Amino acid sequence: MSRSIHGFERRARVAEAVASSGARGARRRKLNVMLWLPIAWIAFVFGCALSADWWPMPEPDYMDFLSQGAPPGTTGEVPIGAFESSEGLEHYVFWLGTDMMGRDIVSRLMFGARVSLTLGLLAPLIGLVIGGGLGMAAGYWRGMLEATAVGVTDTILAFPGIVLLLAIVFYLGGSLLNLTLALGFLTVPAFYRVARANTLTYAEREFVTAAKAMGASDVSILAREILPNVIMPMLVYALLIVALLIVVEGVLSFLGLSVPTAPSWGGMIAEGREYLDEHPRLCFVPAFVMFLTVLSFNLLGDRLRGLTDVRESNI
Amino acid sequence: MAKFVTLKLLRLIGVVFAVSALTFVMVAMLPADIAYDIAGQDATPAQIEAIRAELGLDQNVLVRYGHWLMSLAQGDMGRSFRSDEPVLDAIWSRLPVTIELLVLSQVFALLLAIPAGVYCAYRAGSRFDRVLGSTGFGMISVPTFVLAIVLIYLFALRLEWLPATGYEPFSEGVWANLRTFVLPSLSIALVEWVPLMRTLRSDMIATLKEDFISMAKAKGLPAWRILTRHALRPSSFTLITILGLQIGGLIGGALIIETIFALPGIGRLLINAIYARDYMIVQGCILFIAVGYVVINFVVDMLYVALDPRIRTAGAGG
Amino acid sequence: MLTVSNLRTHFHTGRGIVRAVDGVSFNLARGRTLGIVGESGSGKTVLVRSLLGLLPSTAKFGGETEIGFEGRPLDIRSETALNQVRGRAIAMVFQDPMTSLNPVMTVGAQITESLRYHLGLTGGEARERAVALIDSVGIPMARQRIDQHPHQLSGGLRQRVAIAIALACEPKLLIADEPTTALDVTIQAEILDLLARQQAERDMAMILITHDLGVVAGRADDIAVMYAGRIVERAPTARLFANMRMPYTQALMNAIPRLEAPPNTPLRTIGGRPPDLVNPPPGCRFAPRCPRAESRCTDHEPPLEGGESGHRFACWYPVGEPGAA
Repeated sequence: MSRSIHGFERRARVAEAVASSGARGARRRKLNVMLWLPIAWIAFVFGCALSADWWPMPEPDYMDFLSQGAPPGTTGEVPIGAFESSEGLEHYVFWLGTDMMGRDIVSRLMFGARVSLTLGLLAPLIGLVIGGGLGMAAGYWRGMLEATAVGVTDTILAFPGIVLLLAIVFYLGGSLLNLTLALGFLTVPAFYRVARANTLTYAEREFVTAAKAMGASDVSILAREILPNVIMPMLVYALLIVALLIVVEGVLSFLGLSVPTAPSWGGMIAEGREYLDEHPRLCFVPAFVMFLTVLSFNLLGDRLRGLTDVRESNI
Repeated sequence: MAKFVTLKLLRLIGVVFAVSALTFVMVAMLPADIAYDIAGQDATPAQIEAIRAELGLDQNVLVRYGHWLMSLAQGDMGRSFRSDEPVLDAIWSRLPVTIELLVLSQVFALLLAIPAGVYCAYRAGSRFDRVLGSTGFGMISVPTFVLAIVLIYLFALRLEWLPATGYEPFSEGVWANLRTFVLPSLSIALVEWVPLMRTLRSDMIATLKEDFISMAKAKGLPAWRILTRHALRPSSFTLITILGLQIGGLIGGALIIETIFALPGIGRLLINAIYARDYMIVQGCILFIAVGYVVINFVVDMLYVALDPRIRTAGAGG
Repeated sequence: MLTVSNLRTHFHTGRGIVRAVDGVSFNLARGRTLGIVGESGSGKTVLVRSLLGLLPSTAKFGGETEIGFEGRPLDIRSETALNQVRGRAIAMVFQDPMTSLNPVMTVGAQITESLRYHLGLTGGEARERAVALIDSVGIPMARQRIDQHPHQLSGGLRQRVAIAIALACEPKLLIADEPTTALDVTIQAEILDLLARQQAERDMAMILITHDLGVVAGRADDIAVMYAGRIVERAPTARLFANMRMPYTQALMNAIPRLEAPPNTPLRTIGGRPPDLVNPPPGCRFAPRCPRAESRCTDHEPPLEGGESGHRFACWYPVGEPGAA
């Protein structure tokens, strides 16, 4: 998994190294479908995560002992909604079946989306703010600041990120807050690189020189001239990081180290693994949902990067 | 050149120091105390104090770090709190597993990436190129641990060709040993070949536009020979960087794969040590992983020199 | 030995069809040198690259295009057919030796590779042959040079290496595409003389491409002048210099700086720009820039014909004859 963490760095370098090539025309034609399908899926997952409480289905950890390991489409009698407020058992169709403890897969998938999305979206925000700010400052002022920042990011990169995550989860407890902070910290170098590289290209441009000549302060140049140009590539890059963090969260819950009280896709895959031979769907259904979500963020990030990355279009 | 290498080395040593200090402080700040674990539930405060003193835990963090560095300088990384096994021995005994996994996975990845990247560059824009590009994009979105499970399901459970988990040492025979590494290596390779392939493809497309490729064609050489002998090497610089980053990340990062397939490598040693609060092992593993990462990066930089004769002589001059 | 008949090389681009070479025919006999002269963009490089199939895949050949080499037709659309002659019977020297040699292979490896591939020589034999070749193209210390990389050699030496590579398999036809343009003026003559000497020794035919009439003056048997994808004048060298008929040829001649001219004489450049090859002008393609052009020139295209002793030109009002007016 720290391999995934290093993936941030790798992506940054790949993005720098790989100038987009190939048939631009064909790409543009496919652009619309490849842009809207991922957006639609992400919106759908988002909707599920937000509305999970209001659907007529059992709670994700309600166990129906009469329907353990039930195949998709089985009907059962379950309390709908929160256990305390439900009005007795009601007729219910397990559209995707139940796990070996009789819990509804649909319900667990929808609630599991919450952990994945919260972590996947909040952690990059930390990296975006800290790494982005650091990168812009380093790219603008250069000198000692840049040298120090390079040293710090090099250290974070050489440090196996998994250890930080494991240590925090294991010793401080896998609360959502702890995990978000730790993962956010690990994304700092990646954002730092993107911000610095982009700032470097803009710091030399005419409009910055012009602003300097007109007596604008450094801070106001950074905020008003450089930030608006740097923020788009960073946001697009953040989409790729989101995809990666969803995987990392999956790995953590797979190891049983994510938020312990909440259902999560990785956790479902880990539990399903024990019944892989008899009931492969327990593994593969959440795995497929995770794959689609990761793929969607990757596709979205990739397409948008092609549209916004100045370095790629200039080279 | 010498100055460049020295500066680079100094920076890398600095990074390793920073990592080890960071780990030490982090571990020291953790609230849980191993002395309670070792002493057991009924231990008296005096017994716990004795254990703490014995392990050196009663001293200030900085003093402990100093001690640790001093003994490290003498080649001693301390002993496990639990088993009293020297940390160095513990790492050493797990190392072959991790290295074998690492080498095999990158060999598989390169075996996929090089022919695919070369062919896609040669026939850029063709149907094959587009299909492979999309496939690659899909595969990079599959989390490694999910891919591992899919492979286990297909090859171990359904087809029963390979074992699902477990490890056989070399002493049990080469084939027995290799069988246990095929699925773990593939789980890594099937994801990691994608960035390698993409990088090679785009660099190769640029190389194929060079004059010296026209020259090679004018010599009447067949396409495959031009691609492999003339175009591959000048196109492989970025590939090497990516490969280095992947290997560097894998030294500690194959942890999830080692866990799923029950391979006794460095990653597993580390995760078990964390579970067991065996700080000395944790400290040693992290140092080892950081050094590995840093060394690989250094080797990659030096590989450029070997691959590109232009750098070689430029360096000899100054 | 080489017959080119109605060669048309068109590039299909987003802007339209670029007619880079548009109906070129010529013959070349064994042991003779043909100089092809023209401005940049006149299609001379595309012409020779067509013969060896060294063009990007956007290039398409016209239907009537026929190439004959040593009495047999040569299918320039087929890689397999081309690989029968490339490097063996036809070899090429490129314009810029800085980019035409592989930077990561030793000089020796680049020479021996065709020897081993085409002639089946073993490593040792090929190496000996390579040393002899390097020696024969006038590179001192051949034995040391063979293990060096291109970046360790000067531009002139690199071009000599490129010539050695081209000569490796004793080709019957050598194509030199502006072999001296990228080199220092002082070395240009040496390289041209080397090519001429090798050609005479080995009895090769040679196509020498240049934008400089002065380069081919004493070195080519025949000269073909190209403009906008076509040959506009063709003659034995001596005849051409004695009696230039095509105004474009004369303009090229006048554009050469002369040592005997008094200082500060302005260079007589050719006014205007070469035509757009997607939509070439009607009639004679040089007409818009031609001082002698009349309305007939823009209405009807002059054929390549005429003249005595193999002198052909495509012009309604050639130099030396009174114009229509």
